Amino acid sequence: METYKLTVNGQPKQVTVDPDTPLLWVLREDLKMTGTKYGCGIAACGACTVHLGGIATRSCVVPVSLVRGRSIVTIEGIGEDHVGRAVQNAWVAQDVVQCGYCQSGQIMSAVALLKSTPKPTDTNIEESMGGNICRCGTYVRIREAIKAAALQLK
Amino acid sequence: MVCSLRTSPRIFFILFVCALWSGMPSRVSGQSGSPKPTATPVTRDAGLAAWQQVYSVLTHPRCINCHTATNYPEQGDDRHRHLFNVVRGPEGKGVPGLNCATCHQGANADRAGVPGAYNWHLAPLSMKWQDPEAKILSSAQVCQSLTDRTKNHNFDGPAILKHHQDEPLVLWAFQPGQRRDGSARSLPPLTHDEFVAATRTWVEAGTPCPQNP
Repeated sequence: METYKLTVNGQPKQVTVDPDTPLLWVLREDLKMTGTKYGCGIAACGACTVHLGGIATRSCVVPVSLVRGRSIVTIEGIGEDHVGRAVQNAWVAQDVVQCGYCQSGQIMSAVALLKSTPKPTDTNIEESMGGNICRCGTYVRIREAIKAAALQLK
Repeated sequence: MVCSLRTSPRIFFILFVCALWSGMPSRVSGQSGSPKPTATPVTRDAGLAAWQQVYSVLTHPRCINCHTATNYPEQGDDRHRHLFNVVRGPEGKGVPGLNCATCHQGANADRAGVPGAYNWHLAPLSMKWQDPEAKILSSAQVCQSLTDRTKNHNFDGPAILKHHQDEPLVLWAFQPGQRRDGSARSLPPLTHDEFVAATRTWVEAGTPCPQNP
């Protein structure tokens, strides 16, 4: 067991865990932040996406030992960011969610896209969101919500 | 299959090194990138033979899957298109929301079968070693590309040697971790030490390239 100091949503946190523990389980089990979801555990679905050092990252494959001082932003904190707030508002306005399980990850990836690409094309959206799987098939509404958020951010 | 891939080039390599031994200085892989002056210069033929060994590694899936001519990386020994519609992006690191670093961390994630090494990224298009239909370029074509300083970050021979010795993604190819099912990923046909030794011989011979094609 090792002790790690983390910055999660701007707040300092400390956990004592095995170095191999995936960041996802540190967030969910140790920090009780259950907004980030476990989907596949192999970086193949996107449900566990968080921002690590500003990059959308699958937290299920990041050992806590590799976080190394990079800031962590989760779905619980993304609304504090103006882009994150715009995306969440658009998600509500477009009624994107069906079962909702994948949507934390979808939103985290959408925010990462909009932060660097304020006016995304359909191709931009498809390329950036291709790793986030939605079994309910809400992809059309996700695309519309990203476009609506982009308009809101103008 | 893996054994046959690994054994044949190794035997060739050993015979090749033995044949050259009397005319070559002592070489220890892991030295700095600058090849030491040799008492007896390495001949062009010896350099070309060493290049073929280098080429056998460069064209292994662990290397060539990220030296594509397309806007996406490949995966697996069958070199299929990377899952999830992953694309190259402007800097060879994917696109926001789906960067290489979204999944590929600084080390292999063997429990998940996701490979990783520092600064995971695609090679630039100037270092493509495939054609747009994913056919691997010839030995002469790859050699010309690798030694063209307008395409290779202005690397001279010693810089190429250092790249082969130290670059984390090159090192990863020789310790590529496990697939999702727990089996080991296949390895290039040479060990890293053998690869560096062959590169050193090729560099000392003046990085000769085979004639076309």
